[in-house]
Amino acid sequence: MRVELLFWDGCPSHPRALAELRAAMVDMGLDPSTIVVREIQTQTAATRERFAGSPTIRIDGVDVQPPGEEPFGLTCRVYHRRDGRISPTPDHADVRDALRTAQTATTERS
Amino acid sequence: MTAIGDPAPAFALPDTEGITHEPGGAPATVIVFTCNHCPYALAWHDRIVALARDYADRGVRVLAINPNDAERYPRDSLQAMRARVQRGEFDDVPYLRDESQEVARAYDAKTTPDVFVLDAGGLLRYRGAPDADYDDPTQNAAFVRDSLDAVLDGRDPDQPQTQPVGCSIKWRE
Repeated sequence: MRVELLFWDGCPSHPRALAELRAAMVDMGLDPSTIVVREIQTQTAATRERFAGSPTIRIDGVDVQPPGEEPFGLTCRVYHRRDGRISPTPDHADVRDALRTAQTATTERS
Repeated sequence: MTAIGDPAPAFALPDTEGITHEPGGAPATVIVFTCNHCPYALAWHDRIVALARDYADRGVRVLAINPNDAERYPRDSLQAMRARVQRGEFDDVPYLRDESQEVARAYDAKTTPDVFVLDAGGLLRYRGAPDADYDDPTQNAAFVRDSLDAVLDGRDPDQPQTQPVGCSIKWRE
């Protein structure tokens, strides 16, 4: 399973998102040291990486909360929590669901 | 940079309907630099509007100011600001456009949100975050409310300054 966190340093959200992602992986028996953390520094890179804002978390290439029509760029990303609140970081349940889905797919392939 | 206790910069800015607003004329004025696209500003927004509603009967004015470069961040355009106001998201809080960014620079605003509380004499009495955690609505903009209670009671706020938290202001390049 490939777990990626992409961030832009101009937004302060990624340390909390990374901590929450690590905690979720530990809880699920996954190794958080495998997380690939990548910095997006330019608009060109943001477009190339389809980076809709910081932080972006992808599990096996799938965004934990698909950004829909959000433009790609160097900005803080807006997430919608399951209770309707807006947040700079994704809902814990969305992260865990994405990890669980990828975990199940990995198990079925092996 | 304006220090706590110093006179805050004067300004006159238009709201989304072109009506000009200035700080002052109230026992306390809350100035919130905010915007449309930042999740921190959006996460704290309802708490700011609730604060404005709760302190209105004590004469407190709340002014929201969007200083972001709308060319690079189209979601912060005047049109997008107006749409939010028309949807009722600001209740009675005027949403002002700082097109030149001069007001944000004069206040040395860092982030959206970044909150400033002025007393009746226009002196800066609080500057910083709305409260301790954008992710906890029960915090209820406590930093700002505590400073307002102090100012309205003629006391110095216990915590006159906190670290603003949010997206950096999008300055023109």
